[in-house]
Amino acid sequence: MASKKTPEINGGSMADISFLMLIFFLMVSTMDPETGLSRRLPQMPPENAKLEDLKVNRRNMLDVKINSRNGVMAGGEVILSDAQLEEIVIEFLTNPSDRSDLPSKVMKNIEGFGEYPVSEGVISLQNDRQSLYSKYIEVQNILVRAINKVRDDFAIAHFGEVYNDLPAEKQDIVREAIPNRISEAEPLDVTKQ
Amino acid sequence: MAKFIRKGDKGTPGINTASLPDIVFMILMFFMVSTSMRQTDRMVNVKLPEASEVTKIERKDLASYIFIGTPSLQYQKEFGTDSRIQLNDSFRTVKDISDFVAAEREALSEVDRELMTISLKIDEETRMGIVTEVKQELRRCSALKIMYAARKTAPAVY
Repeated sequence: MASKKTPEINGGSMADISFLMLIFFLMVSTMDPETGLSRRLPQMPPENAKLEDLKVNRRNMLDVKINSRNGVMAGGEVILSDAQLEEIVIEFLTNPSDRSDLPSKVMKNIEGFGEYPVSEGVISLQNDRQSLYSKYIEVQNILVRAINKVRDDFAIAHFGEVYNDLPAEKQDIVREAIPNRISEAEPLDVTKQ
Repeated sequence: MAKFIRKGDKGTPGINTASLPDIVFMILMFFMVSTSMRQTDRMVNVKLPEASEVTKIERKDLASYIFIGTPSLQYQKEFGTDSRIQLNDSFRTVKDISDFVAAEREALSEVDRELMTISLKIDEETRMGIVTEVKQELRRCSALKIMYAARKTAPAVY
């Protein structure tokens, strides 16, 4: 009985220790979703630049306005439902029957794809100071959704898959063919006009 | 026949808790991976709006946050209930944004400065007036990459 085996370490308190750590991490961490709508603001024009330079041809512009009572208007029409706005935006972006009051298209050589008539349309979103932010995001969301739909249609027609499933270089082609042109316009008080 | 007679009642055996630490560690790991550390104390109430077409922020380390919303209850006595801007740990005005952006930009490496994203965490009840002012100020200090933070929802079906 000379040699005695080393006694085992008691692991009973391990559970308590790890519980403490768990609770610590629960307290100091957040589960904020890091998601949102990405946008690129336009450059601030130089002070002396003329406003006329910025004007786009009338037919290439879709005005979407939100007034102080959160009413929405697009292209001179009062919008009553989300589906209606989406329809207007999709028609504006695709201009399927080449109407003269909808955006013109310019043949553009896209690398790795070839010539494609790219729409020159710009969606200009304007809001009043009193509009609610939630309404603004809702409208932004519909605009993005409409663009995504047009992109999906294009992707299915030419590559046989929806935009999100395409490899990166094909996504670049789709993005070039259907650009995301939502203009964060100069602030205007829509209601006053 | 004594073979089959049991020697007294032993009672229910204790549950083996040897695997309990492993289980708890697993939960711990899950929380460590799926959450991020709280950066600042939130001083304004922000309930993010909902949107279906959201994208994930590309690189979290390049994001700076601007919070806009009504001050939390303990600050309302001092700051009222109007929408306020929170930068880092204090209430600020639109004018302070350029300093804030400059400081945030300075903290990044030269390569990443172009990619800096300003994440706007704005309460859904906020009026657009203050949002527009912030946007104009961001344009002025050419922090052009922004993101309207929003919660993801299932897309509406028309």
